Amino acid sequence: MGASHSGPDTRELRELSEKTGFSVDQIENLNRRFQQLSKNKETLRREDFDKVTDLDVNPIRAQIIEAFFDKRNYSGMQTGPVEEINFEQFLTVMSHFRPLKARMTEEQIASLRKEKLQFLFNMYDIDADGKISLEDYRHLVEDLLSRNPHLGKESASVTSIADAAMLEAVTIIKGQMEPHQVYEGMTFEDFVKIWEGIDIETKMHVRFLNVETPHFCK
Amino acid sequence: MERALSILYFVVLLNATLAGASDSSKPDGHGSDSSGGHNSHDSGHGEGHSPDGLQIVSFKWHHVEAPYIIAVWILVASLAKIVFHMSHKVTNVVPESALLIFLGLLLGGVVWGADHSASFTLTPTIFFFYLLPPIVLDAGYFMPNRLFFGNLGTILMYAVIGTVWNAALTGLSLYGVFLTGIMGPLQAGLLDFLLFGSLIAAVDPVAVLAVFEEVHVNDVLFIIVFGESLLNDAVTVVLYNVFDSFVAIGGENVTGVDCVKGIVSFFVVSIGGTLIGIIFALLLSFVTRFTKHVRIIEPGFVFIISYLSYLTSEMLSLSAILAITFAGVCCQKYVNANINEQSVTTVRYTMKMLASGSETIVFMFLGISAVDPNIWTWNTAFILLTLVFISVYRVIGVVIQTWLLNRYRMVQLEIIDQVVMSYGGLRGAVAFALVALLDPEKVKERNLFVSTTIIVVYFTVIFQGLTIKPLVSWLKVKRSEHRDPLLNEKLHGRAFDHILSAIEDISGQIGHNYMRDKWAKFERRFLSKLLMRRSAQKSRDQILNVFHELNIKDAISYVAEGERRGSLAFIRSASTDQLVNVDFSTQRPSIVDASVSALLRGNPSSVCLDMQAIEEKRKSVRDKEDTLSHHVLQQYLYKPRHQTRHKYSRHAITPNTEDNKQEKEIFRRTMKKRLESFKSTKLGVNYSKKSIKNYKKDSGRCKKKKKSVALLNGRISWGIDNPTFISDENVMVRPAIPPWLSNEDTVVPSQRARVQIPWSPNNFRRLTPLRLSTRSVDSFQMADGPVPEHPRMTLPEGTHL
Repeated sequence: MGASHSGPDTRELRELSEKTGFSVDQIENLNRRFQQLSKNKETLRREDFDKVTDLDVNPIRAQIIEAFFDKRNYSGMQTGPVEEINFEQFLTVMSHFRPLKARMTEEQIASLRKEKLQFLFNMYDIDADGKISLEDYRHLVEDLLSRNPHLGKESASVTSIADAAMLEAVTIIKGQMEPHQVYEGMTFEDFVKIWEGIDIETKMHVRFLNVETPHFCK
Repeated sequence: MERALSILYFVVLLNATLAGASDSSKPDGHGSDSSGGHNSHDSGHGEGHSPDGLQIVSFKWHHVEAPYIIAVWILVASLAKIVFHMSHKVTNVVPESALLIFLGLLLGGVVWGADHSASFTLTPTIFFFYLLPPIVLDAGYFMPNRLFFGNLGTILMYAVIGTVWNAALTGLSLYGVFLTGIMGPLQAGLLDFLLFGSLIAAVDPVAVLAVFEEVHVNDVLFIIVFGESLLNDAVTVVLYNVFDSFVAIGGENVTGVDCVKGIVSFFVVSIGGTLIGIIFALLLSFVTRFTKHVRIIEPGFVFIISYLSYLTSEMLSLSAILAITFAGVCCQKYVNANINEQSVTTVRYTMKMLASGSETIVFMFLGISAVDPNIWTWNTAFILLTLVFISVYRVIGVVIQTWLLNRYRMVQLEIIDQVVMSYGGLRGAVAFALVALLDPEKVKERNLFVSTTIIVVYFTVIFQGLTIKPLVSWLKVKRSEHRDPLLNEKLHGRAFDHILSAIEDISGQIGHNYMRDKWAKFERRFLSKLLMRRSAQKSRDQILNVFHELNIKDAISYVAEGERRGSLAFIRSASTDQLVNVDFSTQRPSIVDASVSALLRGNPSSVCLDMQAIEEKRKSVRDKEDTLSHHVLQQYLYKPRHQTRHKYSRHAITPNTEDNKQEKEIFRRTMKKRLESFKSTKLGVNYSKKSIKNYKKDSGRCKKKKKSVALLNGRISWGIDNPTFISDENVMVRPAIPPWLSNEDTVVPSQRARVQIPWSPNNFRRLTPLRLSTRSVDSFQMADGPVPEHPRMTLPEGTHL
């Protein structure tokens, strides 16, 4: 790790900390990681993620990496992919996985939950049209099951699982649908409804440490 | 209620008889009855003098005494359960364990009255060898692994540190109070008190299970308390043995080396016990890999090998509870994958039965054993103080540990959780058995300890058991929500795991997910290959499992629904019989032996698709069952129409000559066609409904192999209405709408519309065939025609859906 990188200075750190909710130590830690991945450049590109070897076995690798480069995950309202991201954007994406702090108010919890769900939604909604359609679901299921060597990509079971899952989801959302109703895809509100009973905010988090941890991919 | 009373009366009478009988036959070496007196079976014969002539009937009590008594006690316990559950009001308030203790007290009184000696007590041998293993095995086998290992750190902390804390403090405080003389003269030293502390400190798995079972707190809380109660066995065993031997050696001779040895023995005992459990689990998994041909006795292996792990560990003086727990925990995945479904069910129910039965007997005997004036020693101060100390120290211990743990836990444990945890620290039969094991020579105050233990156990089980339910609802503890597993949950859960792992990898940190991933990789590469059957390996994806279960459930409910609505009407058409013949086979009369439909309709149907052929071929009993269920489903789902003649020949369909696949394919297509007709008549076919039903039939059809067949998707549908989901390129788009469809009153969407309309789901869980179109449109027979062109997908054999 070269010493010539210019990390954010303290003032910036504090700003970032406020914006993303990480502590200053955590931000520094992540910055080090960022530098490592980006080879001390200012921005990170998709290829840099190849360095993370453990990701190779991850079936939804592509979607996750895309999520980093997806404008929807930054606080703006833009959509579309970007080619490279800087540290702030990196942090913003990471911040979706913050764990709950000990004393959060109800609304903070609710907003955090919404953020996380939005992140998930964006990840599933590949074509970024604001809806998760059956196609998207299918892609997801295919990816998830792609590790199983006995299920080909085109396998019928994959599609049927996706269909069944979609059906289930829609049943939850809309209850019984009349046969003539058309259902185009899940919007974000629908998506949220599915997760009503399940406290995603406690499940979807990664513990970001304050101390430097050994890095496993060089 | 009179029934209950009469059963109770009968039970009591039985006991009196037994008591009398056993008592009377005790001194006598012969089978003949002595003048016991209470013997209601009069001893007219065999009075000691040899009978003259041939005895037509003889009364041989002695012959059957031991097993008879055991059997009667088990019967009594079970009858008691029936009696209790007759009154819902009572069982809602009072936990069953408490009721059983009361009954035990009552019976103990009866026995005492009849006998003036405690004939039946809970001896440690019986408890530790026969009654405890099933309960613990059941707990381990059904332990939710992910929860358990996810919270393992917490559980271990409470189990080890918490128990040591409790034991030490309780023992020391009691000793301290003793020194002040309040307790009066007791022949006990520091070591005795520490010994007592160690056996009274441990939370008891049996009691926790019994009480928490009825309370339904949320999963995390339950697993923490329950896990603690299981894992603290190692600590208890070590402490107990250490102090027991210290007491035997005598307090003065204890050296520092002995203390060190004690600490070392803790690690040896716990890790050794765990290892033994794991070894036996591996052995069991490995064995079940080969039991394909001995399916009937498959369940037996589970029990025998697990029990052996318990005994082995006990033999090596390691922690037996840990061994059998981990045996259950580790083997469940592989055993469930390897043995066939009926065996899984058998194992589950047998285990539950044994565990529940054992629990009942344990609590009842806890009651009975108390009625023994010989052991009663009352020392108010001691008893009261024990109660106070264990409660107080538990609370303090829980609070401190939680505070420590919360700094490392993702999901914090709140005050309410801590209250439940402290309150849920029940003592039970293990403590009692341990105290009964004490040697009165070495531990002079054994009787006092026994009495105190009994009181403590009663207090926790009865009082705390009674009040925990209102407490839980008063505190609004989060309850466990038992929902059916949602496919979405599994899907998204899996997606989560991957996402989280990825984030961890990207951020370069090692976390839970990283470890879990690594373990999963290792497990998949080595363990599964070794321990799981080949067929199971392919199909053991969790998502697929849930899908499978959901499908089966839906299919079952579909059939049930159909039956309920008396939907036989739609299959009663006479034309059924002729229409469904498959060309390739001669018109066989259907020989649906005991199919439900036949019973209901009184005349056999002649639904004979390829199923017939299959039936002929495979005559095994199990296959008959499968075909049975298929027939049933066929009856209900099949609605023939006059116009449609179903003509297809097996040979025309598939170029593939492999029988199995062919038949499956045929069958699947057949049913698929059938099921098309059940979807909503408008758009948006409930595609998965079809596939579900398809699947169900297929799965039933599959022999006991856990093969399932890939579900057809719309690609293989021949112009069937809704190629909606066939959005892929290689859709076989049938330009012509088949004739039977055009008769429908339905709006068949245009191609474009079809593609755009994703769903119009009907609730597939409430399929009501009668509600569909009024005509028997459901009969669409298999499309003939362009089948051969269709690129047959290779069915992923053995994909376990």
